[in-house]
Amino acid sequence: MTREDIIKDENKVYSRPRLLLDATMHYCPGCSHGVVHKLVAEVLEELGMEDTAIGVAPVGCAVFAYNYIDIDWIEAAHGRAPAVATAVSRLQPDNVVFTYQGDGDLAAIGTAETIHACTRGENIMIIFINNGIYGMTGGQMAPTTLEGMKTSTTPYGRRADINGFPVKISDIVAMLDGTCYVTRQAVHTPAAVRSARKAIRQALINTREKRGTSFVEIVSTCSSGWKLSPVKANKWMEENMFAKYPLGDIKNTEVKK
Amino acid sequence: MKHEIIIAGFGGQGVLSMGKILAYAGLLDGLEVTWMPSYGPEQRGGTANVTVILSDSAISSPVLDTFDIAVILNQQSLDKFESHVKPGGLLIYDPYGIHRKPERSDINCVPINATEASVEMGNAKAYNMILLGALLRLCPMVSPDTVITGLKKTLPERHHHLIPMNRQAIDRGAEIAGI
Amino acid sequence: MEEDVKLMKGNEALAHAAVRYGADGYFGYPITPQSEVLETLEELMPWETTGMTVLQAESEVAAINMVYGGASCGRAVMTSSSSPGVSLKMEGISYIAAGELPALIVNVMRGGPGLGTIQPSQADYFQATKGGGHGDYHLIVLAPNSVQEMADFVGLGFDLAFKYRTPAMILADGVVGQMMEKVVLPPVRPRRTQDEIIEQCPWAVTGKRGRAHRNVSTTLELQPNAMEKNNIRLRQTYDLIEANETRSEEFMTEDAEYLIVAFGCTSRICRKAIEDARAQGIKVGLLRPITLWPFPKEAVCRLSKQVKGILVAELNNGQMIEDVRLSLSVGSSVPVCHFGRTGGIVPNPQEVIDSLLSNFPQSK
Repeated sequence: MTREDIIKDENKVYSRPRLLLDATMHYCPGCSHGVVHKLVAEVLEELGMEDTAIGVAPVGCAVFAYNYIDIDWIEAAHGRAPAVATAVSRLQPDNVVFTYQGDGDLAAIGTAETIHACTRGENIMIIFINNGIYGMTGGQMAPTTLEGMKTSTTPYGRRADINGFPVKISDIVAMLDGTCYVTRQAVHTPAAVRSARKAIRQALINTREKRGTSFVEIVSTCSSGWKLSPVKANKWMEENMFAKYPLGDIKNTEVKK
Repeated sequence: MKHEIIIAGFGGQGVLSMGKILAYAGLLDGLEVTWMPSYGPEQRGGTANVTVILSDSAISSPVLDTFDIAVILNQQSLDKFESHVKPGGLLIYDPYGIHRKPERSDINCVPINATEASVEMGNAKAYNMILLGALLRLCPMVSPDTVITGLKKTLPERHHHLIPMNRQAIDRGAEIAGI
Repeated sequence: MEEDVKLMKGNEALAHAAVRYGADGYFGYPITPQSEVLETLEELMPWETTGMTVLQAESEVAAINMVYGGASCGRAVMTSSSSPGVSLKMEGISYIAAGELPALIVNVMRGGPGLGTIQPSQADYFQATKGGGHGDYHLIVLAPNSVQEMADFVGLGFDLAFKYRTPAMILADGVVGQMMEKVVLPPVRPRRTQDEIIEQCPWAVTGKRGRAHRNVSTTLELQPNAMEKNNIRLRQTYDLIEANETRSEEFMTEDAEYLIVAFGCTSRICRKAIEDARAQGIKVGLLRPITLWPFPKEAVCRLSKQVKGILVAELNNGQMIEDVRLSLSVGSSVPVCHFGRTGGIVPNPQEVIDSLLSNFPQSK
C-alpha cells in the first residue's frame, strides 16, 4: 500500500482549517501559539466570521499573527492592542474584533489599556497567551514569571524582594464590571485543547452579541525561553504554572450597561 | 471705531462672562470682536482677567499691552493695570475692597460701587451686569438692548426668567454712572 | 447679520467643525488648555446625530492608538492634546505615518519642557515639524492664527491627510485655543458610508466582506530591502506635499524693508506691531507660514532678497528661525534675528517693535 493509496478524501479524518493560511509558522517547536492560532481560525470559520472578523496583533511572538489567519488584521504598537480594538469595535460595530496578546504586551506595558478596555466593557475578545516569559526578545522576565523562575534578566531566579510578584491579570479583570467572561485555559492535552476551543467559541459569540469584554487566558509553554524540551515544558507547566494560574472559568456573567 | 478693553478682578466675580456678554453684543452689532481670557487655576479663586476688543475693522492682536478702557474689580488688578490705560482712557473701578485709589490724572477714573448696589438689589449675581451697565453708559459702544438680545440668544431657555433681573442691573449701573 | 456667525473659543470651534466635517471618531484625554475640545464634543453628543464616536480615553497613549485603529479602518479620526500629552502620542503618530494612514492630531501648545506651564507657547515647533516620533517621517503641520482657522483647518487637515495618506497636525497654541472670536462654521457634510470607504480606501481594514485578499495594517517590515522601499515611498509622498501644499500669507510686504516671520498667535501680535510700526514710518512686513511643514522656503527666499533684515518672532527660544535661515540663498548676507518669549508669556505688540528697533536700529 502506497501513501497515495491512503491519502484519499474518504480516509480524511482531519484537515487544516480553511482560514489557517498555508504559511510556515515562525514559532518554535512545542510552542502553544500554533495550537491557539489553529483554534481561533477554526472557530472563526465555524461561526462564519471570515468576512467580519478583525484581529489586532501585538508586539511579541504573535507579532506576525496576521501572516497565519486569513482575515483582516491590524498590527498594534506594544501593549496598545486593546486601545486599537476599542476604536475598531466602536467605529465598525458590524465587525467582530479581537486582540491576541502575550504577557509582556498585555500585563506589563499595556496594563492600562487592558484594564480600561475591560472597565468600559468593550465588545471585544482578548486572547492572552501567558507563558511567563518574553519569548521574542530572548527570554527575559515577564510580569507573569513565577517566583524562582530563571530568565535572562533574573538569572538566579525571580525574587519577590527585587522583582516583585507575578501578576494574575485574569483575576484582576474578572473584578471589573465590563468583563462578561473570564476564563483560564491551556492547550497541552487534547482535552485541554477541546476546552480552550469551547472557551474561544463562547468568547467570540459574546463579542458578536455585544455582551461586553471576553477574556481568554491560555497558560502556555515556551520551550525555548524555559530551555526545556516540549514534553518537559508541558510537565513543568502542569506542575508549576497551573499552581499559580489554575485553569477554569473565573467569571461568566451578564454585563449590564 | 475700536475699543480695547481689559476687565480684571477675582475669579468668580463674573469677569469672563461680562467680557463674553459684551463681545457677543458686539457681534450682534456686526462688529469684529475678540475675547482673550487669562485661563487656568485663576478661575478657581485667584485673579482673572479678559481682554475684549470691539472694532469695525479686522482685529490684529487679541493680546494687548495698553487699553482704552479698564474695568477693575480688585486691588491687585488696579495695581497691575492702572498704568496700562492709554492717556485719555477710562478706568472704571469698584471701590469696595480698594484701599489705594487710582492715582492717574490723565485718564478718567470712575468709581462704581457695584458691590453695594448688588447687595441693595439682593442679588450678588447682578454684580457684573451693574458694571456692564455703567460701562455702556460711560462709553456706549453697544446698546443695553443689544446686550439683552444677546442674553436671550445665548442663555438656555430655562434661564430666561433671569433676563429681567439682568436688565434691571444694567439700568442700575447706568444710573450710578450717570450720577 | 448672517445667522451662522457664532462667538466661540478656538477649541470649541474646532470641536463643532469636526462634527460638521463628518468625522467618524474623536479620542482624547483632558489637558489644559485644550479640554474644551473633548467637553464640547461630549456636550454635542454627535453619536446621536451623525453617529460620530467620541471617547475619553484612559491616557493620551491610548487615545492615539485608538486613532491608529480607526485610521486603519479608513475612518476620519482625530485626537487633540497639549504639549506634554502630545509627547506621549509621538510613538503612535510615528506608527500612523509609517502605516500610511490618514489622521488628524491637534496640539494646543503650552509652555515646556516638562510639565511646564499651562500658558501659551510655540515651543513644540521642532517636535511637530522635524518628526517628533522615531523614524523618517513628516507630518503636514497647519498653524491656525484665528478661531475661524481652528474651524477651517479641521476639514483642510482631514482632506490633506486622506489625499496623501499621511497624518496631519493642527499646531495651535493656548491663545488661539482659548480666545473667542467670530466664526462661521463650515458646512455640514454627511459621514462617509462603509461602502464609500471601501471604494475610496481599498486598503482599509473593514473585515474581508467577500474581498479575495485580506487587508493588513502593519508597520513592521523586517526585510531591509522592503523597508527601504517603504521609506522611499514615504519620501516621494513628502516630495509631492512639499511641491503642492506649501501655504503662507503676507501682510504689507510689497514695499517692506524689514520682514517679520511669525506663525500662529504670534503672527497676530506681529500684525498689530507692523500696523503700529508703519504709523511710525518703519517699512516692515509680515510673512506668516500657514503650513510649518512643508515650510514656505521660497517665500522666505524671495522676500529675503528684498529686505535689509529679518526678525523671526516665536514663543520659544529659537526654533522656526532655523528653517528661515535654511531658506535663504547660498551666500545671502541678510541678517536674521530672533525675538522670543517663553514660559507661557505672550508678548505684546510693543515688545515686537522694540526688538525690531534694537536688532535693526537703522530701520527707524
